[in-house]
Amino acid sequence: MNMALLVDGSLVVLILAVAIWTIAVRDSFAAVVGYAIYGLMLALAWVRLAAIDAALTEAAIGGGLTGVLLIRAAVRLRPTESVVAGEMPGRFVKALAAVLAGTVSAALAVVVLSLPVPAPTLAPQVAEHIASTGLGNAVTAVLLSFRATDTLLEAVVLVFALIAVWSLAPDHFWGGRPGLRYDLEANGMLAYLARLLPPLGIIVAIYVFWVGADLPGGKFQAGTLLAAMWLLTIMAGLNDAPPVSRGWLRVALVAGSMVFLAIGFAGVPLAGAFLAYPEGYAKPLILIIEAASMLSIAVTLALLVLGPPERGAQP
Amino acid sequence: MNTLPPVIPEATTAGGLLLVLLLVLPLIGVFAALILGGRNARRVAMLAIPAGLALAVAIGIELVQSGHTLVYLLGGWAPPLGIALRADGLSAAMMLTTAVVLLAVALFARGDFQTPANAREARAPFMFWTLLMAVWGALNAVFLAGDLFTLYVALELLTFAGVPLVSLEGRPDTLQAALRYLLFALFGSVLYMLGAVLLYGAYGTLDIALLAGRVRPGPVAFAATALMTAGLLAKTALFPLHLWLPPAHAGAPAAASAVLSALVVKGSWFLVVRLWFDVMPGVVTPSAAQLLGLLGTAAIVVGSVVALRQERLKLLVAYSTMAQIGYLFIMFPLAFDSAGNGPVYGAALGGGLLQVVSHATAKAGMFMAAGLIYAALGHDRIADLAGVARAMPVTVLTFALAGLALMGVVPSGAYLAKKLMLDAADGSGQWWWVIVLQGGAVFTAGYVVLVLVSVLRRRSDPIPLVARVSRLSEFAALGLSTTSLLLAFAALGPVPGNLVSTPLAPKELGTFLAVVLGGALLALGLSRQPLLGTARLDTGANEGPLRRSVAAVGETFELADRLIRRWQFASINLLVLAALVGGLLVFGSPT
Amino acid sequence: MNGAALFGLCGAALVGIGIYGLIVNPQPLRKILSFNLIGSGVFLLFGVVARRGAALGMGGDPVPQALVITGIVVAFSATALAVALLLRLQETGGSATLVPPESAGPSDAS
Repeated sequence: MNMALLVDGSLVVLILAVAIWTIAVRDSFAAVVGYAIYGLMLALAWVRLAAIDAALTEAAIGGGLTGVLLIRAAVRLRPTESVVAGEMPGRFVKALAAVLAGTVSAALAVVVLSLPVPAPTLAPQVAEHIASTGLGNAVTAVLLSFRATDTLLEAVVLVFALIAVWSLAPDHFWGGRPGLRYDLEANGMLAYLARLLPPLGIIVAIYVFWVGADLPGGKFQAGTLLAAMWLLTIMAGLNDAPPVSRGWLRVALVAGSMVFLAIGFAGVPLAGAFLAYPEGYAKPLILIIEAASMLSIAVTLALLVLGPPERGAQP
Repeated sequence: MNTLPPVIPEATTAGGLLLVLLLVLPLIGVFAALILGGRNARRVAMLAIPAGLALAVAIGIELVQSGHTLVYLLGGWAPPLGIALRADGLSAAMMLTTAVVLLAVALFARGDFQTPANAREARAPFMFWTLLMAVWGALNAVFLAGDLFTLYVALELLTFAGVPLVSLEGRPDTLQAALRYLLFALFGSVLYMLGAVLLYGAYGTLDIALLAGRVRPGPVAFAATALMTAGLLAKTALFPLHLWLPPAHAGAPAAASAVLSALVVKGSWFLVVRLWFDVMPGVVTPSAAQLLGLLGTAAIVVGSVVALRQERLKLLVAYSTMAQIGYLFIMFPLAFDSAGNGPVYGAALGGGLLQVVSHATAKAGMFMAAGLIYAALGHDRIADLAGVARAMPVTVLTFALAGLALMGVVPSGAYLAKKLMLDAADGSGQWWWVIVLQGGAVFTAGYVVLVLVSVLRRRSDPIPLVARVSRLSEFAALGLSTTSLLLAFAALGPVPGNLVSTPLAPKELGTFLAVVLGGALLALGLSRQPLLGTARLDTGANEGPLRRSVAAVGETFELADRLIRRWQFASINLLVLAALVGGLLVFGSPT
Repeated sequence: MNGAALFGLCGAALVGIGIYGLIVNPQPLRKILSFNLIGSGVFLLFGVVARRGAALGMGGDPVPQALVITGIVVAFSATALAVALLLRLQETGGSATLVPPESAGPSDAS
């Protein structure tokens, strides 16, 4: 039983313990906080699996942004939680659900342990073709070159989700500002942090974006950092959320995908296929796409956390 | 009816760029609507949808001329490293149907979702047109993508575009319906993704064509098929996983319901077909397919009976959708031949495809007609529809034609579909599906007769209308219903001459009358509305024992449906279904 | 039994825990949490698949890692939409429950 296995084992035990606690605890707010902790520990698990890009993304989006979103929701839902908790099903249903969930888990465990060895992998093919992209980070190469359409569609998913969230606004607040107005407590800790952190956060974000070409990092993680910094200033009251009818906001939302599409279509005459890059120009084009997408992702993620318009467009 | 055999080229084929264009056009439309804002959302939609229809027709023509699947390698990278777009006859037919239905819906809803003159942008109109294009883009991605993970992203796109259509009017009951839809759909997606993970772990690729060559029966393939099928069935609302469908489709505005019923649920059905016919033909067993057919039969029976018990027209049409979805799954057991080999590309698949196309057009027409009645009367209570036929003849005609198309009257697409599936049943010796196919029409006829009798009833005074409906809307709906009724003539590819007989041939006429009579009896017995006599609900004091017991049957069905649609019950059923499918794969007869 | 297999079991267990929570917990917020648990369990399984595919100096097969990143973003979008729907439901309807109002007699909006 070597050291690495011990570390992995304890991490697994911790993760499962927090997950079970999250499901079982009675108070919803506690469950949400538990989930945020769970997300951060899961990021450690990703590090142990040697998937640093995924670890960064899980920590930023899975633990961080999702945690923020759910905590805000849990606070607003507190008044009605106990009422709904009365609908908890009886022991028979719980037992049946436990048996079924356990069966699924067990079947999955059996199947996962019986996966073929040696494992089929696309790493050799990626290694063979990565030189044409000019990138050093294999994951970025997969995201923006080999499977670029997935990334394009995923940017579209973000936009569609935001459209769906905006559609929930009351009619009379349409075009207004999302979320509630936060009061600025000029000498409070939150305002202090909101003045101190964003410049640092922006620099770190740009670094993560830039280095993502060759080392773990990239536009998703960088975009999330930017979104978090913006949200921090809004929540501290230093800034107000922009009204959803603002033209620049709408353009910012779709700019990333539009640049992606434009470069993609340019690839048809220049490189023979949609989303193909001409010889030697792959890395600059990829960086342009990433930069535009990073801004769009930042704006979209922040707006997804803020929610549908809930007040008028006046400040 | 002739779906092209799966000979799949490995490189980008001529005309492949059309696939990219059709995939991207709706997305550009959504972006343009966001940026331009306000009234321009509708203008962009009215420009993009006909352009997309032209593209879909072009793809169909290219497909027929070249004689093989159209392929486009995105980024120039071939699978397994890259992603391919593929369009075969099935995809092309679905994309064409989608474009046609969306065009009709756009014309129908032109007047309903107009930005008021004094506002720059209003929420509901802006959202409707943007979401219309979003649904379209998502559906094209589902029909074209050749990689299981890209299909997962496309399914999520479809869900995110469909859910807000349910809650478009913002009422609490529609919001709740939308949330139930979203959560159950997410449960389904996550199971689908789980299956995809297992497949990658065992075979190193998620490309459909490559997987077809690599997949072998074994624990991984069985588990993946079971999980993915169950997840997709949850999104398609097949019995008993239909908990979200009736309130969602009934609560949405009529144009949105038309899109949801006709198109959105077909996306996940399409993926079940791709999974079973293209990825797992050597893995899925006839017994697992019989399970799907059994659930489909249950959907037809339960859905039709509960539809008969409804008091509101839109809920009736929503339950009718649930019943018709059952028909889409009868083709699965019929795709196996008598030796248990399959599923094969043959008459059953052709019949299933025709069934989908005819249902999409007919159901959209039906929802549009129901929406017009609601808009004109201010309510949609079936008991109070007397006199509507005189006031709105075009709308009633639309409903009648759509109903006839769903019942399978010559020469509707459903008729031809039924003929093809009967052929497959005879060929493979599965006589029990003959009973289901012939009997299903009676159940459909039940609620169609109910509504038609209600609207044809006379009133002493003219019915009070609260609003006039636009002629364009009425004729858009009528056009769609007529298309469904005449679909047999427009079916893709050569149709064997003896498959479509005339409507007035003695055999067809006799079948039709029998179906209508059977439906009328069902409606008489099971519905809450009195079919004969005055428009006054029976007090129950004078009911004979036969009437009482038949009514009790109806109530039992309703109660069972209500129980099955509870969250705990439905989600437990989802897992049980996955386990059953898995078990039938493991222990079923090997193909 | 190596580290990857251990995390594989962890992923399988998380899927089961999440499924139990999704079925049993009546509050929609807890259902959303459970959905996220299932999702992260599935992604962890994907990560295990990636780790098993380590070759040629790369710590893992990069394709599943890229798919996981995409998946995490999609899951977040789904959570954001579900939360927005839930909050709006509570605002307009007064209570945040998934159980449709049981009307006496004929099934109405349920």
